[in-house]
Amino acid sequence: MIFLKLIITNLRRHRIRSFISTAGIAFSVAAMLTVVTILQGAIGMFSGILSSDSEIIVFERNVSDLFFSNVPAAAVEEIAGWPMVEHADPVLFGVVSSADHPIITCFGLTTSDARIRKATWIKGDRFKFAQHADDVVLGERAAEFLAANFDSHVQIGHATFHVIGILKTANGFEDGGVFMPLNTAQSFFHKEGASSVVTIKLRNKEDAAAFKSRIKAKYGNLIALEDAEFTRSYSQFKILKATAWAVGGCGLLLGGLGVANTMIMSVFTRIREIAILRVNGFSNLQIAAMIFGESAVVSVVGALAGLLIGTCFLYALKLVPALHGYIDVTIEPLIMLIVIVLALLTGIAGALYPAIYAMRIRAVEALRFE
Amino acid sequence: MNTSAKQQNRTIVLRASDVWKSYDEGTIAVLKGVSFEAAEGQTIALCGPSGCGKSTLLHLFGGLDEPDRGSVSVNNIEVNSHRNLLRLLRHEVGFVFQLHNLIPDLTLEENCLIPTVAAGLNHKEAQARLRQLADRTGLSHRLNHRIQKLSGGERQRTALCRALMNKPKILLADEPTGSLDESTSGTVFELLLDIVATEGVTLVMATHDRGLAQRCDRLLEMHDGRIHETATD
Repeated sequence: MIFLKLIITNLRRHRIRSFISTAGIAFSVAAMLTVVTILQGAIGMFSGILSSDSEIIVFERNVSDLFFSNVPAAAVEEIAGWPMVEHADPVLFGVVSSADHPIITCFGLTTSDARIRKATWIKGDRFKFAQHADDVVLGERAAEFLAANFDSHVQIGHATFHVIGILKTANGFEDGGVFMPLNTAQSFFHKEGASSVVTIKLRNKEDAAAFKSRIKAKYGNLIALEDAEFTRSYSQFKILKATAWAVGGCGLLLGGLGVANTMIMSVFTRIREIAILRVNGFSNLQIAAMIFGESAVVSVVGALAGLLIGTCFLYALKLVPALHGYIDVTIEPLIMLIVIVLALLTGIAGALYPAIYAMRIRAVEALRFE
Repeated sequence: MNTSAKQQNRTIVLRASDVWKSYDEGTIAVLKGVSFEAAEGQTIALCGPSGCGKSTLLHLFGGLDEPDRGSVSVNNIEVNSHRNLLRLLRHEVGFVFQLHNLIPDLTLEENCLIPTVAAGLNHKEAQARLRQLADRTGLSHRLNHRIQKLSGGERQRTALCRALMNKPKILLADEPTGSLDESTSGTVFELLLDIVATEGVTLVMATHDRGLAQRCDRLLEMHDGRIHETATD
């Protein structure tokens, strides 16, 4: 109890310094949580697009980005005919930009695609999809930012399209996307006879391994991955995740430097007090534990405050209309745990030098000059 | 008092043999072969001019510093050994300094419990011991007061309580009344003598106050790096 009191007393003695240090950790943790959660959410959404009513994705082997993947129509047709396959839906991804919107995602789809079949049609009739080459269906948010109404015409890239429907989906990417017939998209993006991926639904999920083997044997330039496998191995996701943790880590490093500064000052301003503790029998370990204890309190309080701030910030972002559907505020417990542990480790690392310094204080020298 | 007779009947708890100590790479020799013994329960005053080595000797007795040569043992524990240092500071010696050296943000009680935390003493036992010492030093009513709220005399009495919490064999006091006015100094010293007598603790006290020194069992003069024993009244 007294030991804890010694820790708390010293933090309370320099309230502003302790507060700034705690705030440093809190904002670092909040930044890390926000960046990681947003990117995890984005990855989840993108995975959601691919795994819509399917278990397996087929795409071109060794492409760095699915936008560069080409799956020939002949292959799609053949795969769709395999007995183990319930349905195979080719999807062509493309990106266009307009003056106000640098990125508008376009999806080239067939009428049987789950996005068309299962979406909530706010306006329009899904059975009219793909009847004309210049027909498009817009996600609700895309309709908003393109200022397009049902049955109006809208400029997308270099062409004008007829809006035959408006969809509502829970997925931010899809909600901000433009859905066009596959043939139209192939022509628009100069990818005649190809799709970016084929999403596969099997009659029996247990045939997944056999399906993947068959793809490998039959099409050396294609690869089939189960959804979870794809999310784990897709290089773009790996880069995004690594970037998120790196950015968050840099924030935490700055917070750690704040803790280090506080702890150094904390030790330097009470050399005499530490000497007194030594004279009263405190061991090196007890002195170090006291210093680490202080930094642990700062780190844990900072981490908890950071989690709170980060969560509030994410919810606030979710309320921004322009970001509707893009922010997924599902904070994974594992991420929370990692963030807290990282904050704690940062605090401990920040207290390392001060603790070593404190352990080296010789009581006789500190007490000699009264 | 007959010192040698007293020592003959009592256990030697502090022994220094041919202790040398110098500073600045040997250019300032402070102690030049000090040999000394103190028996259990004795009160010993160390007198001498400033800089003669009184504090240095106390620091060596308490293991806070190491002699260049010679040896010190407390209750048959070799003081120079790093392995014994914690045991020495936790159980064998207590320190009282000229300045109280208490932690200002803690209460009197918390300050006194610090040595028991270091030694890992049971909290109930520590509380009982604190109550006992606080009663004896007249501080029972001040236990929950912060150090800033205490008078100079009360602070020094608190420092005395803290030094005795783990029932040390030896109390090393470096000018314990040096920062107090004459009246308070007398009161604190009376209490010091009373409490060490009751506890059976050996007191080694550095002081400039000849009047206080005369009231100890033994008076040791320090000059030229050596100890010379003087008869007390």
